[in-house]
Parts: sequence; structure tokens; C-alpha cells
Amino acid sequence: MPKLPKAPPIPSALQAPPPRPGESNGKVTPLDHAAEAGTSVVDWVDERTSLSGGARWLMFRKVPKGTNWFYTLGSATMFAFLSQAVTGVFLAMYYRPDPSGGAYESIRHVTNEVFLGQFVRGMHKWGSSVMVILVFLHMGRTFFFGAYKYPRELNWVIGVVLLILTMVMSFTGYLLPFDQRAYWATIVGVNINGTGPLIGPYLSDFLRGGPEFGATTLSRFYAIHMLLLPGLLAALIGAHLYLVAKLGTTAPPWLKAEQNPELREADA
Amino acid sequence: MSDKHDKHKSNYTLDRQMPGAFEGETVTRRRFMTVGGQAAGGVAAASFLLPALGFAIGPIFKSTPHHWESVGPVDMFTDTNYVPVVITLNPGIGEAGKSTAYVRKFNAAIDTDPYDRGTPYIAISSRCAHLGCPVRWVDAAERFICPCHGGVYDLLGRRVGGPPVRPLDRFYTRVNARGEVELGPRFSVNSELKRFSPRDPGEPLDGIGQYMYPSRPGAQKL
Repeated sequence: MPKLPKAPPIPSALQAPPPRPGESNGKVTPLDHAAEAGTSVVDWVDERTSLSGGARWLMFRKVPKGTNWFYTLGSATMFAFLSQAVTGVFLAMYYRPDPSGGAYESIRHVTNEVFLGQFVRGMHKWGSSVMVILVFLHMGRTFFFGAYKYPRELNWVIGVVLLILTMVMSFTGYLLPFDQRAYWATIVGVNINGTGPLIGPYLSDFLRGGPEFGATTLSRFYAIHMLLLPGLLAALIGAHLYLVAKLGTTAPPWLKAEQNPELREADA
Repeated sequence: MSDKHDKHKSNYTLDRQMPGAFEGETVTRRRFMTVGGQAAGGVAAASFLLPALGFAIGPIFKSTPHHWESVGPVDMFTDTNYVPVVITLNPGIGEAGKSTAYVRKFNAAIDTDPYDRGTPYIAISSRCAHLGCPVRWVDAAERFICPCHGGVYDLLGRRVGGPPVRPLDRFYTRVNARGEVELGPRFSVNSELKRFSPRDPGEPLDGIGQYMYPSRPGAQKL
């Protein structure tokens, strides 16, 4: 067995091709200029940031045998989050958190009158359910494959926080259309929070911004939904990904350890 | 600690031959700068974090003034059946700030509880004591019934079935000089109809419940 190299090599498709003897005769096509410009821009940035090393560290990792489609659930969840972020930003351009009719009217406007509004709002609305389902599937994969065990416990904990933040996102986003369903679901949801002993009543007051469902409740939910939580989620997803890249992917539980003694470095 | 700082070394910078040291100085300049820099950072962070935090949790401690609302002339209400009236809990936010209350005249034959004595009108909140859905008065069954999770209450608003943890809340009532019934602040009752400052739905008031779910700091006694 040959010794494994320290760092994985850059795939040949990404390596710069060697100059061919026939091309060094001064004939330079515009395409060569474009390629040259691109390379020099990337080099300029890389010389000042050393980003390529980090990118290679993140992208070209060793992956155990037996990885399968279940390992894509985390990426799928992240893309669901990115979809929510992008559609949410564009929905925020139309939304008005006005409880005396403006919120419902702005949602109605987006759904019925804005070009592709129904589609983008539908992506955000159904995408939220998709994201919750994917989070749970990803969590189930991690649990049943034993991928939460040492040294990945912290990543499990971060994942649990991400799960909770996703649920809070769903809860706060549910009020925003401000129709009957949204209003009563939020009344019930806030009161469920209030049933926690000792701190429950204070939590309810914090969520509502007062003792009753009031003028600021909707804007409070809106701010939590689109300012507070997305930042937290993005930061924690970054930490989650960093730990995945650092600790590597777990092999599926049915894969037995390699028995080849030559691969063992220190065999007693 | 011990490997960094020699125990035999003096605490005084003068004894340690530090350049610029003066008599009685024990804190090195490096240490002073470190602590001072961290303290300055802490003060800077606290100067925006504390006001922001207070701003966010302030509503918990805000007390709302008492608000009386006329719901109709006295002859609109009987002592045998409830009349639904719409009241405004939160002005300025349209329909979302309104709620329904069920009002009837005090009836000595039904309202035998000592806590109800002297109340001119009984006003029951339509907010279910389970999770806050709107209950409706079903005349034929003489029950308040909640559509969400099946809470059922009797004529006095006491729970007779389903998940609610206490009777329906009530409003203080009075008759003004123009002969109109007015509804005042809401109050909660336990299963013996003893009165408590207003609580949220889902918070029991019997036994240990009244201590587990404390009244909000801003709640005012009438």
C-alpha cells in the first residue's frame, strides 16, 4: 500500500494545464485573455487572503466508504434555509407589519397582484415546512448512524439549538399573514409558552410586548423573525459546518473497520 | 500560575527592577493596560446592551391604566341569560384588539358565592382558560363551549369538562350615571370563584398554582 499523502491533491480538472509547445508562438485569442484575467483576479485575492487553502480544506475532504444519500440531508436543510432567506428578503420588500389591517392587505397584495408574488410567497410558506421536515430527517440520520458520538457531541448540541431556532422561526413567521388562523394560532402558542411555571407568564409578556395581544406584538414577531433569528441561525450553521469539516464525516455504522494491518501506524 | 510567577519574586515593581517603577507600585503597566482595556470594552458593550435589554423586557413591568367601557343600557341585560357584547381590549389595532364578553344581571339565586355579592352585573370573558381561544355561550346547553380543544364551562364559568385549568375570567362591572353598564379590568378566579389579578390562560390558580404562576408586576389591584 502506498503512503497516503498529507493533503489531498487538487483535482486535475482544476489544475492549470501546462503550456503546449504550439501555443507559445504569440497567437493569443480573446479567450486566453479572459482566462488569464480570471486567474489573475483569483490569484490577487488569494495572495492577500490565502482563501484557497481554506476552500481546499473545506471542500476536498476525505470521506469514508459507504457514504450514501442520507448524508445529503444536512446540505438539503442548509439549502432549504438559504431558500427561506432569499425568498424572505424579497417578501420583506412588500410586507408591512401593521396589525390594523395593513399586514393582511400587504400579504394579499403580494399573493394576488405582484408578479410571481404567489410563487415566491408559496416557496417561503411551503419551504418552511420542508425545512422543518428536513431538520428532523437530518437529526434522525445523525441519531441512527451514531454520528453524535465523540468527538461530535458539540455539533449535536449546536444542531439541537438550530432545531429550536427553526421552530421559533416557524412560530414567529406563522403570525405574519395576520389572518384568523395566524392570530388564533399565535394566541394559543403564546399561552402555551405561558404555561411554563414561574417564568411562563413573563415569557408570554415578553413575546406579546405587554399583557394583551397589542399593537407591537406583530412588529415584535416580525423583528424576531427577520432580524434576530436569521443572524443567529446563519452564525450557528457556520459553526456547525466548521465542525463537520474539522471532525470529518462518520462512516455508516454497518461499515467494519479496515482490517489491513499495513494501514495501522502503531501496531503493538 | 506557579510556573509563570516566581513565588520568591516581590510584588513590588520597584523590587523587580522594572524600568519606570515607583515606590509602592504592585500592578505592572502591562497588567494595568490589560485590565483597563477589558474594563473599557465591558463598559462599552454594557452601555448599549443594558438599555437594549431593558427596552426589550420593559413591557413586562409596564402597568396599564384601568379602562372602563360602556357596553349598553341596563335594560339590555337580564338575570337569566347572557348577552354577548364586544369590548375593546387594545385600541388602535382594529379587530385584533377586540374581544367578546358575556354579560348578565346579578342573580342572587344563582350567584351564591360570597365573592360575587355586591356585583351589579356578571361579565364573563370569552377567553378560554385553557389556551385563549374564544368560547361561545350555547343557550340550549347552558354551557360555554370552546371550539379549539373542547373546554366546557357552566353558567358561572366554572369548568365542567375538557382541558381548562380554571374558570373563565371575569370583568369588573359598574353602572354609570347615564344608566349604562360599564366593564372594567379583567380578573381571574379560581375554582371557588375567589378573585385574583388577571392571569393568562393555561395558568391554574388552585393550590400551588397561584404561586407557580405569579401575577405580572404591572398588574394593579382595583
